[in-house]
Amino acid sequence: MSEQIKKFMYVNRRAPYGTIYAWESLEVVLIGAAFDQDVSLAFIDDGVYQLIKGQDTAEVEMKNFSPTYQALGDYDVTKLFVEKESLEERGLTLEDLMPLTYEDEDDDWAEKDSIRLVSRAELADIMDEQDVFFSF
Amino acid sequence: MAIEANGKTFETDEEGYLTNLAEWEPAVADAMAAEDDLPLTDEHWEILNFLREYYEEYQIAPAVRVLTKAVGKRLGKEKGNSKYLYALFPYGPGKQACRFAGLPKPTGCI
Repeated sequence: MSEQIKKFMYVNRRAPYGTIYAWESLEVVLIGAAFDQDVSLAFIDDGVYQLIKGQDTAEVEMKNFSPTYQALGDYDVTKLFVEKESLEERGLTLEDLMPLTYEDEDDDWAEKDSIRLVSRAELADIMDEQDVFFSF
Repeated sequence: MAIEANGKTFETDEEGYLTNLAEWEPAVADAMAAEDDLPLTDEHWEILNFLREYYEEYQIAPAVRVLTKAVGKRLGKEKGNSKYLYALFPYGPGKQACRFAGLPKPTGCI
């Protein structure tokens, strides 16, 4: 089986509301998680806003789905790459993002951070290793 | 489609899930279960309440394998397995229990 595991990366480039892309991406990730592939998510450009703390959608009349990112760990989706330059260009830091964690089965269920801050160059290298991309 | 409970009519979709999740009340679960010939016990309610809390926290209905793992973690290992959950909800702990609990059809349930 192991040779059939592919590296899937979901690339999120857009703000969470205003379009349906972010929510659709998250749903595809959750559905795709059933297939036991090596899944990671990348958040670049306005996509970094998807992970921002304290989202409130009352005024835009869309469902606030930001709590759903907390469920990703339960679905064994544990690699969320956030591009450092995209955060900086928007005056944001890691502190502005929701803390997202997972429990590492191979390390006595220790709680670990899912969000990994990477530079544009590092992310390019990670992208080079992928087999499949989904761009949202 | 619709279902009668507690003297009221609740609209449901073609698969029997509540159209307006906010309308849910315990009587809806009892009415849906009665239609499936499945009287709800405390053990059923423990899972239904768990699902409602999960939805409240994460805004999604969990896939069966995620539900199973989470139940095991929170309610004990003897309950966190598909045998126990399918014994309670023969049409599937994901689909049937989520429907009774007033959740949407589980994400990842194809």
